[in-house]
Amino acid sequence: MRTVKKLFGKISLKLIWVVSATAITIIGVYSYFNIKSQSDVLLAEVERHANQLSETIKNSTRYGMLLNQRENIHEIINTIGKDPAINGVRILNKEGEIIYSTRKDEIGRMLNKQAESCYACHAENKPLEKLAIKDRTRVFKVHADSSRVLGIINPIYNESSCYDAHCHAHLKSAKVLGVLDVTITLNEVDAQIRRNEIQELLFALVAISAIGFIIGFFVKRWVDHPVKELVKATDQVSAGNLSYMIKNLSDDELGALGKSFNNMIKKLDETSQQLYQSTKMASLGQLAAGVAHEINNPLTGVLTYSSYLLKRAKDNPQMQEDLNVIVRETMRSREIIKGLLDFARQSTPKKSSIDVNEIINRALAVVNNQLKINNIALEKEFDSSLPKITADANQIQQVFLNLFVNAIDAIGHDGTIKVNTSQISLSPKGITQIKSAVCPKAHSLMDAEHKIGGMPSLRMKIKSNSNTGYIHLDPIYGNHRHFFGISFEKKDDLNLLCPTCDLPLIDKNNRCPECGGPTYKIQIPNQGFVEGCATFRDNWQRWELIDRAGQKKFIGVNVQDSGCGIPTENINKIFEPFFSTKGQRGTGLGLSVIWGILDNHNGSISVQSEVGKGTTFSVRLPQGDLTKNV
Amino acid sequence: MKEHIDILIIDDEDVVIDSISKIAIMEGYTVDSVGDANSALEKIASSEFDLIVCDIMLPGMDGFQFLASLEAKHIDTPVIMTTGYTTIENAVKSLYTGSIDFIPKPFSVDEMTGVIHRGMKYSYLMRQRKVNDGSVIIVPSPAKYFRLGYSSWMNKDPDGSVVIGATDLFVKTLDQIQRIELFNISDTVTQATSAVTFVCENTFVHQLYSTISGTIIARNERLLTEPELLEKDPYFDGWIYRIIPSELEYEMKLLIPCSSDRI
Repeated sequence: MRTVKKLFGKISLKLIWVVSATAITIIGVYSYFNIKSQSDVLLAEVERHANQLSETIKNSTRYGMLLNQRENIHEIINTIGKDPAINGVRILNKEGEIIYSTRKDEIGRMLNKQAESCYACHAENKPLEKLAIKDRTRVFKVHADSSRVLGIINPIYNESSCYDAHCHAHLKSAKVLGVLDVTITLNEVDAQIRRNEIQELLFALVAISAIGFIIGFFVKRWVDHPVKELVKATDQVSAGNLSYMIKNLSDDELGALGKSFNNMIKKLDETSQQLYQSTKMASLGQLAAGVAHEINNPLTGVLTYSSYLLKRAKDNPQMQEDLNVIVRETMRSREIIKGLLDFARQSTPKKSSIDVNEIINRALAVVNNQLKINNIALEKEFDSSLPKITADANQIQQVFLNLFVNAIDAIGHDGTIKVNTSQISLSPKGITQIKSAVCPKAHSLMDAEHKIGGMPSLRMKIKSNSNTGYIHLDPIYGNHRHFFGISFEKKDDLNLLCPTCDLPLIDKNNRCPECGGPTYKIQIPNQGFVEGCATFRDNWQRWELIDRAGQKKFIGVNVQDSGCGIPTENINKIFEPFFSTKGQRGTGLGLSVIWGILDNHNGSISVQSEVGKGTTFSVRLPQGDLTKNV
Repeated sequence: MKEHIDILIIDDEDVVIDSISKIAIMEGYTVDSVGDANSALEKIASSEFDLIVCDIMLPGMDGFQFLASLEAKHIDTPVIMTTGYTTIENAVKSLYTGSIDFIPKPFSVDEMTGVIHRGMKYSYLMRQRKVNDGSVIIVPSPAKYFRLGYSSWMNKDPDGSVVIGATDLFVKTLDQIQRIELFNISDTVTQATSAVTFVCENTFVHQLYSTISGTIIARNERLLTEPELLEKDPYFDGWIYRIIPSELEYEMKLLIPCSSDRI
């Protein structure tokens, strides 16, 4: 059972089975009719030949009969009957008595009217006098296991020369005087037919197996291998290897599937990295806060008691010195913990309107001395038209200060730090969330129960033919991860309605510019309308107000140093708390704090680095409102 | 007559209670202590305290809830908040919700001594004022000023800069000021962190927290030589810093408008 399942379970084998079965049917039917028609032709040929032979015998014996030269007739029949193809020749008289035969023992025997050779004419009570050639022949077997025989009867009609002859053997009134019955063996014909059958069978077998092999070969190459590769890739991914890529992609649909699979894994990898980073940051933040809180209590004891001892040891300078070390180091621990708490702080940034260029200059002023001492050149390329953004000035300054300090540390002595600021624009599509939407009667269409991408979707009733259901629109403008609650035909006559009041949401005055079909129009309170193709045949969508506002703008800042660079194996770890390559000099919190600050501002930071050449940190801060969405 | 004890310490860590007790007892005060806020409320019902030192993170009712329930019960015993979770937010929130001071853990003996001393003085002044025998007159801040807790004030000038100083009440909680240590011009100060250090005659050191964050553009140099200016005219001639605020809009929300003091 298992093997059967296995044999029919694989697509390639299924295909081979189906194609082979079709081929077997077609070739089988073809062969059957081919053999049949060939046999018919052969038989017809034999029939014609037999008829001819029968006529020849009749003509040859005609004279002998007229003269009643029986010996002569015997001689002719015997001579002809010697031919191996001829089974037998006999002449019967009117009464059914065999008067001449190639088989001597038959002569004189009476034939029953029901016998093989008589039946054609004597089936009816009144014997037939005329018989078509076709009806005169018959194929039969003498014994069940003997070869086939073709018999032909040829009636010998009464003629004037017969009843006018001197012997007066026949009356004028008789129509048929006797029957010439010739039987021919079909040995050779049958052998020929069998040969044909075998040939056909061989041809069919060869053709079917050839088709099977060819299909098998190409299916294996075009389907089996890529599918195996895909299965391998999914196994790898489910085992956690998100860096696995499918190689040797073909140009067909499976290749496209592979490509999109690769793409998906890449995206998944990035997202999971980000998610991992976020979760880790959050949990580490909580941990740090908890640890800080817990450590501060015992430190209070240490600090109080050592200060107290210090006061009591006024006359013991040696002990005072030792105790001072304890007090000093405890104070230092206090500062370290304060730094930890700054990292862990989950408070909202204190936002005000800031000029990023100015903030960078402030941060640069702090490290100015260090730059001079270390002989590091500073190249500034500021976009002076940068608009002010709403952000926490102190936190943003801390971001750049940390980046500069890192750059200086990476360079050591002699090098260059390049800082440039610019404006970046990104399309609003794919990043703008529809947060509220209403029907013409102001019923909300938002559905918090059904989320797409973690955000509440837009719910509409859909009517197609007699089918009614709900669809959920992707709340991100320009994204199309819609959820269709029913299956419907993407035709022009479907209707979209408000789920609460059934008011239509189709805009009668507009057609989809891509497919010409109807469009929906949904009001976004205070923010115009979102329109889109209502047949969902294409992804046309328009939110005029947002489109008019143009691209989402960001301020980009690049901090590039000519320092030692970051090895590839460390690049993923640099934003993790407590990761440091500075040994005793660093806490390993700097970049993680930066990451947290920018995350709080809905900004981002990325890094490119090459060992020995330098590192570039790219910071992106959103302009205008700091929330990611409208 | 309720039993009178100077200081009530509320903390869930024995070592912290021991530390604060030791410091307070060394200064000659009587102390009592409890491990959670509910027991503290019971204690307050049976005994009379001049000052409460309370941890923010407590099992069950936390420090802020404790402050709220004191207010609900119309108990005006001054409270000093302390916590191991030493963020600026906690400091500002403590001062905004009615505590008179905030001291982050771990603290040194000198820091705690100063805070307790000032707290006891505050408590005394308040009690005296209640008696209203005219021996204590506290000059309130001008109505358009804003204050952080009771200690520092700020006034926004039309040019966008902000002047900050110490309230009369804060100055009165200090002993004779011997020396004032100021930050330098172009230094930055942060809201609810130390901005001025006062060294007083009995060697106590007191910190004045900055009302808001910003960069110092001017400081009252006269204070260095004439600390008594603070007492004479705390709201005008006794100003301390003029600063360019960095997050005024945000931080103003956590300040108490002085117009509310006159009702």
